[in-house]
Amino acid sequence: MTVASSGVKIRRRVGTGAFYSTSTVLAVLFISPLVWSLFTSVHGARATGGRPGFGVDNYVRLIHYGVGLWRYTENSIVVTAVAVVGTLLVSVLGGYAFARYRFPGKNLVFIGALAILMIPHPTILVPLYTMLGWVGMQNSLVSVGLVLVMFQLPFGLFMMRNAFESLPKELEEAALLDGCTNFGALRRILLRAVTPAMVTVGMFAFLAAWNEFLTPLIFLTQGSSFTLPVALVSLRSGEMGAVDLGALQAGIVVTAVPCLLIFILLQRHYVRGFTAGAVRG
Amino acid sequence: MATTAVVPVARRARREAFATRRRRREALVGLLYALPAILVIVILFIVPLILAFWMSLNDWPLIGTPSFNAPANYAAVGQNKLFLGSILFTVKYTVVVTVIFVVAGLALALLVQNTRPGVGLFRTAFLLPAAVGLASSSLLFYALYNNDFGPLADILRALGLAHGPVDFLGTPNGAFVSTVVMVSWRFAGFNMIILLTGLQAIPLEVYEAARTDGAGWWKTLWHVTLPLLKPTLLLILILGVTGSLLAFEPFYVLTQGGPSNSTVTMVIAMFREAFTLFNLGHAAAIAMVLLAVLVAINAAQLYFFRDKESK
Repeated sequence: MTVASSGVKIRRRVGTGAFYSTSTVLAVLFISPLVWSLFTSVHGARATGGRPGFGVDNYVRLIHYGVGLWRYTENSIVVTAVAVVGTLLVSVLGGYAFARYRFPGKNLVFIGALAILMIPHPTILVPLYTMLGWVGMQNSLVSVGLVLVMFQLPFGLFMMRNAFESLPKELEEAALLDGCTNFGALRRILLRAVTPAMVTVGMFAFLAAWNEFLTPLIFLTQGSSFTLPVALVSLRSGEMGAVDLGALQAGIVVTAVPCLLIFILLQRHYVRGFTAGAVRG
Repeated sequence: MATTAVVPVARRARREAFATRRRRREALVGLLYALPAILVIVILFIVPLILAFWMSLNDWPLIGTPSFNAPANYAAVGQNKLFLGSILFTVKYTVVVTVIFVVAGLALALLVQNTRPGVGLFRTAFLLPAAVGLASSSLLFYALYNNDFGPLADILRALGLAHGPVDFLGTPNGAFVSTVVMVSWRFAGFNMIILLTGLQAIPLEVYEAARTDGAGWWKTLWHVTLPLLKPTLLLILILGVTGSLLAFEPFYVLTQGGPSNSTVTMVIAMFREAFTLFNLGHAAAIAMVLLAVLVAINAAQLYFFRDKESK
């Protein structure tokens, strides 16, 4: 008996040791490229101007690259803001309609939204580029943001519909009895209850828009309206002479840090929103 | 008698009229809430989709007036050597990457599925690359693969796995493997987290029942976990296959389709047709072919999985 139980204990301890050593090795493999990028952005001859230690020369060169780092960041912020605000607006209102109302064409609209998932992005980007030309909106950051709203719509609509459906109907009926208007009930009561799902939808829209490459590459024809990823890739193409890998590392850090921060800070929220949606779906 | 009969009828009629009005009002309010979504779907999705089809039937230069020429664009797709060559490469890439996604995602998910001290940190570490954009990831690995700048060549030499300079992107096979490594790094954690939600939806009693039946770890995985995980695995398959058939960024940024066009994917071929050769009609025809292939493959995956489930 004691022999058997100590055998189990030993096996469990070996298992635990194997878990921690395997996981640590893997974690190092996954994290090290990011750490290396941060390290090389401030270390080495190009970062310090030849002096030993650390320096910010890579970042200084990056700031002055092309039309300036701030301009590219500003462009990325415009695209991302349009995409996040638009996605949340459209999916919250639409998700509420799908969870609570019956209206003609409801199924058709939902199938239409799901069909967006099945369509290759480039299939839709070529005609959209032509259409934007008709209304003079080529090279427009807002139109890039709006197209990204469309790409995020299936996920957003699906998540918000599930979130609203999981709420008891009594919640809004009580609000209506208290004299709230229909829209007031949505605004004051229900939005609080679906915040985890909204955080999830908003975060995914942020990551997708901030990192999107193909849409701005096709739509934006002038260098001064490039977003960060497009500007970085043109830096890598070495349009300004030889490829400046140091400044490129600085650019990767500048682009990745907001995403990593949001990802880690919101982890608690989106994991909850994600699992709730997954279980119901 | 007559009056007693009339009153309920009139009341019912009034009630019905009220109910109809209410229903109509409800439909109107619902439609109003759904209107922004409907507008986005119609203007930014349905209309461009129809236009894509129309463009594929026309000679459509980037500047100038289009003219009807069907089915010349589709015939040209069949003779586009770059595109035809890209099909085989894209399929090979899709098979390799999807297998890695499923195996690596499952292995990571099984590794971190139990609650232990510090397991959250490991999950975050594996998932972190997913927060970095695909273009940025490609640029990061472009620098890593650079022999003068990146450490990878030195590490391989130190481990005795390579001698002299290592050509990560200069040979067709090297470029392929290097891209697959980057994409796996970027997406393994993402697949892990989806599979993790699937694993956690499996009730513990199922595992206990398997254990009392004397099933070992491997048997439990094969006969209990995997069958119950089927819907989640299907999701990973569809996302992986769709994403890799449409791969663009890794090859546009990391390999630029080279060396000598050996890593041109279908979307890269389409992009070049549209924005290097400015032949939008031809690009639209490729796009429609891509769409048909994708719909067929996804339908086949859904059918394949549903069929097995009903058996």
